[in-house]
Amino acid sequence: MPKVWVFAEHRKGRPDATAFELLTRARQLGQAEAVAFGAGASKAAGPLAEYGADTVYIDDNPVYDEWVGDPAAEALRRLVAEHQPDAVLFATLPDSREVAGRLAARLGLTLISNAVDIRSVDAVRTTMFGGSLYVDCRVDDRPALILVRPNSFSAEPAPGQGRVVPVRVEVPVELRLVRRVEVCEDTARGPDLAGAAVVVAGGRGLGSRENFELLYELAALLENAAVGATRAAVEAGWAPPAAQVGLTGVTVRPRVYLAFGISGASQHVAGMRRSQTIIAVNIDPGAPVFKIADLGIVGDARKILPRLIEELRVRRAGRQEA
Amino acid sequence: MRIVVTAKYVPDPDLPGELDGFRLRREGVPGLLDPIDQCGVELAVQLKETLGGQVTLVSMGPAVAEAGLRLGLAIGADEAVLVTDPALAGSDALVTARVLAAAIGRLSFDLVICGAQSSDGSTGTLGAMLAALLGLPGIGPAKQVEVGGPLVRVRRQTAAGSEVVECVLPALVAVTSDINVPRFPSFKARVAARSKPLTRLTAADLGLSPDALRVKQAVVAINPAEERTAGEIVADDGTAVARILRVLEELKVV
Ligand SMILES: Cc1cc2nc3c(=O)[nH]c(=O)nc-3n(C[C@H](O)[C@H](O)[C@H](O)COP(=O)(O)OP(=O)(O)OC[C@H]3O[C@@H](n4cnc5c(N)ncnc54)[C@H](O)[C@@H]3O)c2cc1C
Ligand SMILES: Nc1ncnc2c1ncn2[C@@H]1O[C@H](COP(=O)(O)O)[C@@H](O)[C@H]1O
Repeated sequence: MPKVWVFAEHRKGRPDATAFELLTRARQLGQAEAVAFGAGASKAAGPLAEYGADTVYIDDNPVYDEWVGDPAAEALRRLVAEHQPDAVLFATLPDSREVAGRLAARLGLTLISNAVDIRSVDAVRTTMFGGSLYVDCRVDDRPALILVRPNSFSAEPAPGQGRVVPVRVEVPVELRLVRRVEVCEDTARGPDLAGAAVVVAGGRGLGSRENFELLYELAALLENAAVGATRAAVEAGWAPPAAQVGLTGVTVRPRVYLAFGISGASQHVAGMRRSQTIIAVNIDPGAPVFKIADLGIVGDARKILPRLIEELRVRRAGRQEA
Repeated sequence: MRIVVTAKYVPDPDLPGELDGFRLRREGVPGLLDPIDQCGVELAVQLKETLGGQVTLVSMGPAVAEAGLRLGLAIGADEAVLVTDPALAGSDALVTARVLAAAIGRLSFDLVICGAQSSDGSTGTLGAMLAALLGLPGIGPAKQVEVGGPLVRVRRQTAAGSEVVECVLPALVAVTSDINVPRFPSFKARVAARSKPLTRLTAADLGLSPDALRVKQAVVAINPAEERTAGEIVADDGTAVARILRVLEELKVV
């Protein structure tokens, strides 16, 4: 049975949602094992086991938090040499990418990027042209190193043995190269975009920051809803970069994606085409977004959005009175 | 300050891509210097303008990639190296990184700038591989870069937002398109770019063995992704809000 490793990102011991997605797939492919580095990693072991990790390699050393990339790549290189997994899965997140790229270069192993499915450790599906084509790849190296796009798998808990193996890797000073001096978390409003059940997104067609702000009002009236944006809306300064959905932004897979004033450029669609239901409002009947929308409204988003908010408010007030 | 910028020639990202067998068609289609690498060249030229020095472009690609390099030279780079060899078609990120590392290793430099993610391959891993192969501190994806004395200070994108990191030169920085808006070169600059030095190299010139160029992944099939079919498209005749609400109710999100 193949041994499939997951490089689990976590924040102070809270695993990133992608770690659970990857473990869910890893345990379907073989024996799932996780690796977590940095302060608080031991706390992550329990939750990682809940999603199927039989073994969790842990190094709590804060050296991984202080120095970007190289220490984690070095520690992983040593663990891989010792335990010889058949595959190592990474989520497509900035830090994991740094680690995966360095590991591949140091071990001389090919690295697959933009994976959206893994059929077996040597059969990986990636995408091309903004997700409109599936590209199936064979991997001839072991371990197979694979960077997987977030939201490619739905996380489902199923406990693994959760054997914790503390490791202690000496990180030589030559690998303490890039130092973190200041960390800022985006003051994201509302639930996490990648995990939201509803994404209310806006593009250039909204015309102004004031109109874009209406999306936050709408999100507040829906269950577990987050606000997303196109690159054009981010560039206009209406939304923070963390809200960008698409090829160079977040990949989402909500129950419903509402697109207001979004043309549906392939790079945007790459990040939302797997939403369960897509509702689009656009003034141009020829907008490409209508080719993928389950409900398309040809109309003025700047007028429809306030009416939708108003209607939801009225209903909510009605429900509170009843 | 000696700066090397990796510069990739890509099919125009605003046009639908074309396939050539299992590969992206790179010749005989409109192409340009990857917009992200235009940002990289702009950053290098700005640093040169304040700190003095020299900017060298390094590219791997088919002969037409020269057009991309000429644009980079017009933006203000001083010279260019093009590694072009039929044996390199279909390289993965690792082989590309080996080739670029070998070409860059022949130059002297204080800073290497690459794009955080190309607009065609989009692996987003080249910078990290290149840094590891060259034994350099490497930082990406960079949103702001400051160079002061021996230090580079970068604001980089993270999953949670951003962070400021620093390292000592020589170093590699992988930039995002947030970093600047590349200048549009004047006609005069374009003409001047035509006579700037451009060196062509093959894999053999770089002393790379066939083994180092072997690609350990292969495409076995390409298929259209499950097409989403267009659903109901209606003009807003005053019922738009009611229709949207009906769908939201069916999905139980209100
Ligand atoms: C390498 C690369 C990577 C990229 N990555 C991303 C990415 O990750 N995410 C991303 O989003 N983009 C990305 N882009 C940019 C992408 O190509 C598009 O430019 C962008 O998605 C367009 O955003 P938009 O839909 O808001 O704007 P536009 O394309 O300008 O569309 C605006 C739409 O609004 C409509 N409209 C106008 N007025 C109204 C109104 N009153 N009511 C309703 N509709 C109205 C118009 O009909 C139009 O369809 C990338 C581009 C490149 C080259
Ligand atoms: N063939 C190439 N020639 C020159 N630079 C390249 C090449 N491929 C990738 N790069 C550089 O690496 C960056 C990131 O590419 P990628 O990792 O493939 O997304 C690009 O923006 C370029 O700066």
